[in-house]
Amino acid sequence: MISIHAFILIPILTAFLIPFIGKQFPKWHLGWVTLAVPILLFSFFVSKIPVISANRTITGSIPWIRALDLHFAVYLDGLSLIFTLLIAGVGSLVVLYSIFYLSKEKESLSHFYAYLLLFMGAMLGVVLSDNLMVLYLFWELTSISSFLLIAFWFHRKKSRYGAQKSFLITVGGGIAMLVGFIMLQVMTATNSVQEIIAMRDSIQDHELFVPALVLILLGAFTKSAQFPFHIWLPDAMEAPTPVSAYLHSATMVKAGLFLVARFTPVFGGEATWFWLVSGVGIFTMFWGSFTAVRQNDLKALLAYSTISQLGLMMSLFGLGSAALQGGASIDSIIYTQAIFAALFHLVNHATFKGALFMVVGIVDHGVGTRDVRKLGGLLSLMPITFTLSVIGSFSMAGLPPFNGFLSKEMFFTAVLNAHEMSMFSMDTWGLLFPVIAWIGSIFTFIYSMFIVFRTFLRPYRRERLEKDPHEASIGMLLSPIILCTFVILLFFFPNLLSKYLLAPAMNGILPTYQNMEGFIPKISAWHGFNLELLMTAGVVILGIILMNTYRFWNVIYDLFPEKRSLDRGYQWLLAASESGSKKATDHYMTGFLPNYLYYIFGFLLLTVGGTLFLSGSIVFDPSNDAPVSLYEAIFVGIMGITAVGILFAKSRMTATLLNGVLGYSIAVFFVLFKAPDLALTQLVVETVTTVLFLLCFYHLPEWSKEDRSWKVRFPKIILSIGMGALTVLIALSVQGNNLFESISSYFEDSYELAGGRNIVNTILGDFRAFDTMLEVVVLFIAGIGVYTLVKLKAPQGGDKIERK
Amino acid sequence: MRENDLILQTVSKVAVFIILTFGVYLFLSGHHNPGGGFIGGLTLSSAFVLLYLAFDVESVNAGIPLNYKMVAAIGVLIAIFTGMGSLLFGRAFLSQSSAYFNLPVFGKTGFATVTLFESGIALGVVGVVITIMISISEDV
Repeated sequence: MISIHAFILIPILTAFLIPFIGKQFPKWHLGWVTLAVPILLFSFFVSKIPVISANRTITGSIPWIRALDLHFAVYLDGLSLIFTLLIAGVGSLVVLYSIFYLSKEKESLSHFYAYLLLFMGAMLGVVLSDNLMVLYLFWELTSISSFLLIAFWFHRKKSRYGAQKSFLITVGGGIAMLVGFIMLQVMTATNSVQEIIAMRDSIQDHELFVPALVLILLGAFTKSAQFPFHIWLPDAMEAPTPVSAYLHSATMVKAGLFLVARFTPVFGGEATWFWLVSGVGIFTMFWGSFTAVRQNDLKALLAYSTISQLGLMMSLFGLGSAALQGGASIDSIIYTQAIFAALFHLVNHATFKGALFMVVGIVDHGVGTRDVRKLGGLLSLMPITFTLSVIGSFSMAGLPPFNGFLSKEMFFTAVLNAHEMSMFSMDTWGLLFPVIAWIGSIFTFIYSMFIVFRTFLRPYRRERLEKDPHEASIGMLLSPIILCTFVILLFFFPNLLSKYLLAPAMNGILPTYQNMEGFIPKISAWHGFNLELLMTAGVVILGIILMNTYRFWNVIYDLFPEKRSLDRGYQWLLAASESGSKKATDHYMTGFLPNYLYYIFGFLLLTVGGTLFLSGSIVFDPSNDAPVSLYEAIFVGIMGITAVGILFAKSRMTATLLNGVLGYSIAVFFVLFKAPDLALTQLVVETVTTVLFLLCFYHLPEWSKEDRSWKVRFPKIILSIGMGALTVLIALSVQGNNLFESISSYFEDSYELAGGRNIVNTILGDFRAFDTMLEVVVLFIAGIGVYTLVKLKAPQGGDKIERK
Repeated sequence: MRENDLILQTVSKVAVFIILTFGVYLFLSGHHNPGGGFIGGLTLSSAFVLLYLAFDVESVNAGIPLNYKMVAAIGVLIAIFTGMGSLLFGRAFLSQSSAYFNLPVFGKTGFATVTLFESGIALGVVGVVITIMISISEDV
């Protein structure tokens, strides 16, 4: 179906229009214009729910470059539908929120909304593409738009730093992923994800299977901020809060999870996949929550909490992939529950984390700081914001009656199930999963409580705040209120979500399990007194104790000093690569022209001469040559004398004129060989270039005979003789070798084919017109280049300004 | 210090027109005989070069007030857009065609779309050559 393509492109096209709309109607707040796009997208994708929940999929393909198997192919199944609804739904709320968050007077709104829409389209492209290369294209486009949005306040140094960091890490991972995709393409000879899934069994023993797996996971891990690549996400919080809520918690960072889910049917069941995804995920979950507790900036706290939650979902996808080991069977259906929990938590996380980010934005907006050491006692001043933060935080902590409780329980069930696994040597290591998960959950509980207690309770101290706190306007509160409503509604009616969205997504991820008994679990808030409930109770009790004794045990963080953090490692790597490349470049870029000529001619001599020599192409075969006539002999003699004469010329002028003699002699040769076109061209070109040469010499110093040592001259002589010999050898070998039939007979029909009798010109203007067109473009670029180099020189000392 | 170049200037005044006419002739005859857009363009620009050599840059610029960068840009655009013309007829990019018409004075005359394309090339060459020349010569 074509319409899905259109809906991917609508936001991207609107992004280009936004600046014009902003110019045309300067009185409008561009957010209202932008808001129409995600709402339109949302209603479109909602209208697709009945089709998808009936377990059908929508596909469509527009051919792009057929020879490269590049098709703009879309594939809408349950998994993509969840993501599209998140992108469009959270997108609408974020745009609405941003209208009140960003002031029309102070900010460059046309940039902001153009980038945001660009991201929206790119993200839709990622989750809807069925073609690997198109998927990659959109994947990198999300990185680029994220870069632009983080650096939105580009006058801040930290914004630029954060933007660069996120860009380097995510694009680095993206390139690894591209290599993985190419390996998949080599193995399967197709770019279509669905066709690759169908070929799963035939590629599993291929030697590239595991490398492809690892590389694709690198892409997913960098994008989803998994340990040790998580360091970019806290710095990305320099972006405006609506962006953080949208890109860096609800959608873009989940692209990695999407990739893992999408490729689970291909790689799932493989031990490397299982261990990497679940192991990295569970450790990230722990590390994120552990680090979040120590943060003083509310947004940094939320960033680490997002890292932790992403790790949680990642580990669930990993644990669930075990179900595919040895094919689908009723014994391993219990493991599929982990993937179900992951999908459920994916939706839940978007609701409560989105709400929390917006709440933090409101606090920041109303008070002027996000530092928890300064905040406190806002309860009576911002009652609605407080209520919203309670709903969000308690859901994140996993307390009833909020949706986070349900998915947290299912997470515990999944790790407990995993503990009983018998494959992948889980009998030895399996116990680690429930233990780490439980410890991580305690820290999650602590930081969730910190958000509420430190911000809204504790004594209120006005003197530490920059502004008088006040409740936010209804426009700003509307979006978090809607999200919080979902947080509560999903607790009471989780099975509606399960029936319409999660079940079709499960069928998409694990097609072999479709229609099996117990594949789609029923979500219920009350399971009886089981181990999961006890674990939650333990989390709450221990969490409260640790929270109240925080000042006694926070010394534990001193074990991880700033100096040896991963962040420092990144900075060191960046600085080292910069200085290293500068050193290497300075070594050969001397700014001394003769050196560059050495490189160019030396390289040419080595490659061309080497190829001629190694392939044995040096042939001298005069048997087919025409006899040498008297005129030719005379002109060869003239050219020889002139060429030698140049070497002994006393001034530049003489040398140039002698060089001109060589050029005109060549024109005479063209006449002798009956090529009037070439002769004419050569004559005019020679005239113009000689004039240009003479003009240039005006700027050069006098040609003085320097007393150079043999050490300087010898390499020059070698190179010159080598180049001359090479040229002669090539000319002779071209005559001597006859590898294929000449194609010139084709052009003899030029009058019938192109309507012109002049073969040379029909080749230039018709047969190979593309060459001619591009040549004139290149000529133009060269001309403009000369003009700018000569005319637009920086004033004295201006060079420094540019480097700043 | 300016040399006495009266002879050069006098000859140039006549020669420039001969060269320009020859350049136009080369440009038009290119379809069936030696010539074409590139050579035509180069010949035309050599006429300009001669002018600039015989007289100084200021007086030539006053006589021919052209922005040669624009000339070059227009030429390149003509070359690209005439190539797109064939797309309107469902043919591949840069396809050319030609036909004969009976005109009152000229009799049977051939017209070819390639002439338009070549005019773009010629303008591009003229513009670039003179831009480069003026840039370098003015850089003192």
